[in-house]
Amino acid sequence: MGITGLVFLSSGLFLGWSLGANDAANIFGTAVSTRMVRFKTAAIVCSIFIALGAVISGVGAAHTLGSLGTVSAIAGSFTTALAAAFTVYSMIKCGLPVSVSQAVVGSIIGWNLFTDSVTDVNSVVKIASTWAACPLLSAIVAASIYMALNKTVRSAKVHLLRRDYCTRVAMILTGAFGAYSLGANNMANVVGVFVPVAPFVDFNFGSFSFSAIQQLFFVGSIATAIGVFTYSHKVMGTVGKGLMPLSPFAAWVVVVAQSLVLFMFASEGLEYFLASHHMPTIPLVPVSSTQAVVGAIIGIGLCKGAAKNIKWIVVGRIVCGWIITPIIAATICFFALFFMQNVFSQKVYTPKFYDLSEKVIQKISDSEKIPFHQLILLKGEKYNSGNEFIKAAKERVGKIDSAKQQRILNLAEKINVFIDLEKANKLDQNILTPEKIEHVKQLAGLKFSYRWELQDALVKISPDWSYKSESVLNKKYNKELSIQLKEVENLFSVCENKR
Amino acid sequence: MNISKGFSLFYGSKTLEHKIDEFLDRISEAGLIYRKALSVYMDNGASDDFVVHAEQVGYIESRADELRREIETGLYEQNLIPDLRGDVLSLVEDLDAILNAYDGSGYRFSIEQPVFPATLHVDMGALVESVTNSVEQITIASRTFFRDFNSCREYIHKVRFYESEADRITTKIKRAIFSSDLPLANKMHLCSFVDMIDNLADMAEDITDKLAIYVIKRDN
Repeated sequence: MGITGLVFLSSGLFLGWSLGANDAANIFGTAVSTRMVRFKTAAIVCSIFIALGAVISGVGAAHTLGSLGTVSAIAGSFTTALAAAFTVYSMIKCGLPVSVSQAVVGSIIGWNLFTDSVTDVNSVVKIASTWAACPLLSAIVAASIYMALNKTVRSAKVHLLRRDYCTRVAMILTGAFGAYSLGANNMANVVGVFVPVAPFVDFNFGSFSFSAIQQLFFVGSIATAIGVFTYSHKVMGTVGKGLMPLSPFAAWVVVVAQSLVLFMFASEGLEYFLASHHMPTIPLVPVSSTQAVVGAIIGIGLCKGAAKNIKWIVVGRIVCGWIITPIIAATICFFALFFMQNVFSQKVYTPKFYDLSEKVIQKISDSEKIPFHQLILLKGEKYNSGNEFIKAAKERVGKIDSAKQQRILNLAEKINVFIDLEKANKLDQNILTPEKIEHVKQLAGLKFSYRWELQDALVKISPDWSYKSESVLNKKYNKELSIQLKEVENLFSVCENKR
Repeated sequence: MNISKGFSLFYGSKTLEHKIDEFLDRISEAGLIYRKALSVYMDNGASDDFVVHAEQVGYIESRADELRREIETGLYEQNLIPDLRGDVLSLVEDLDAILNAYDGSGYRFSIEQPVFPATLHVDMGALVESVTNSVEQITIASRTFFRDFNSCREYIHKVRFYESEADRITTKIKRAIFSSDLPLANKMHLCSFVDMIDNLADMAEDITDKLAIYVIKRDN
């Protein structure tokens, strides 16, 4: 892919840069603004741990594909990432901390609008609920920690200088942990989708091996580090000082509260751990580090009874920034895609076809419990737009909720998969077990027109290919299975039918 | 921050902690010696014993000056307590000014050798005691400021008490001086010494005002 790959990758790197400029400020903003940690120290620690997180733990997440993974053509991914990065850049220029992931989701909505795809309403609801839920949760957590620890620290009567030293060390350790998590969780969203076009090859250096994906993630980390060094200072000022003057101790509590909120309310791992040990689970709530930091600062301010010290005008500006970020990203993305497609003649999306044959209608009726006689009116119809298909379905069936819409679209989407035995060896062994690869090989020579047909055929060979009932404990299993099925579909898709 | 730098920061802050404690010890010690020196002066005038005590105060002042410089340099070089650094430096400098005043006062006594009437000796002793007590309390208040600022408020209150006590005794002594038969030049001379001693309590009170603000700032 060479030069083209690098060009496409550039927008991913731009997004990586904005991640560094924005999210790193959330991690170390309060520490730097209270002058407890020098900017240079914060930037170095942040860059190193983001890179470590991305290369060591982030690569695994690449297989799940990032948010941009829903965008089906590389030029589309390039444009979507560019729109998101440009939006974040503009917001940072105004000194406003925004959410990179929300900018990305905004861009994807723009892509959906451009390609006439059905937007998952849940994504929109998710963004909107984050604006309220995340700061609130973070404020409560920060205020609780502040009250509990402040009392303890006071009664311990530690010397001011020793306390200063401990706070400083704690800030750096917590910040390093935050940076590691940022690299591990977000790098896949930023550059994960560019894995196929990245101009890297695996290389081994004795016992040390550095895979192409790791190299790509490392390059993404460098872009993030450049973002940290070149542009995070301004947002750090807004987060650390702009909202309210903070004592070093309060600044540290903000960092801890942010990390805890992200860990408790966004960690699927923790949810699974609790459920598997028969403990009550904490409901997963969409959270963003930016909103968590702002919420934590306000929480501490209110807890200290210093509401008047909070600069509510700045809070208002930040909240406006959150709301307009997805809107701007969607708008920029929509027009950028138009230019990309019509001026630069690039394929920005892979059209999807929905073919409503009788077997599809039967399948939808069975799995979604929709009366067959209502759906039969759709028989033989073909759509190349998800929106048109859903509109037609609604006319026959009535109201269909967002989750059901996505499932119906998935069932009716036409694919063209031919299981070629020669290709079977290319199946990613990190995703599929040798047994499952064998199952796929047993289907050699068969063609599948629908995703569910492929899965049904695999289930006949082994029940390991069927989804388990929806529950917290089964969530991880189902997610992995979905990735495995996607891997099989992508590898065996026949090109002309992907059009 | 690498590990060695982390250790040096820990070592540095510990060393500085000791230096601040030593600095406060010196002020406390100087107060005790000053009290003793003036007691000797009242009894025997500028005797050898008094000169020895005055020189001791001078020596303590020099050592405290060194400590002050080391504390100031340490705080800046190691970038410690950035939010309170200015306040701590100001506190250390103000306390050092009290030491300078002790030292200057001792030298003035040994050079000018004012003669206080015997009737004033008891009051002079009480004045010195109140003044040195107020300085002692500000030393304790400063010490607690670094560890437990809630207790700091209690000592601040005590400083104010001793300062007003010193003011009261000063007024009493001045009245006694001016109602005596001494020549006016002598009266003025003695009053300047009384003011000089009372000024130490005023300095301590000024520091408490600042300290009270630092406590509020740190409380937030």
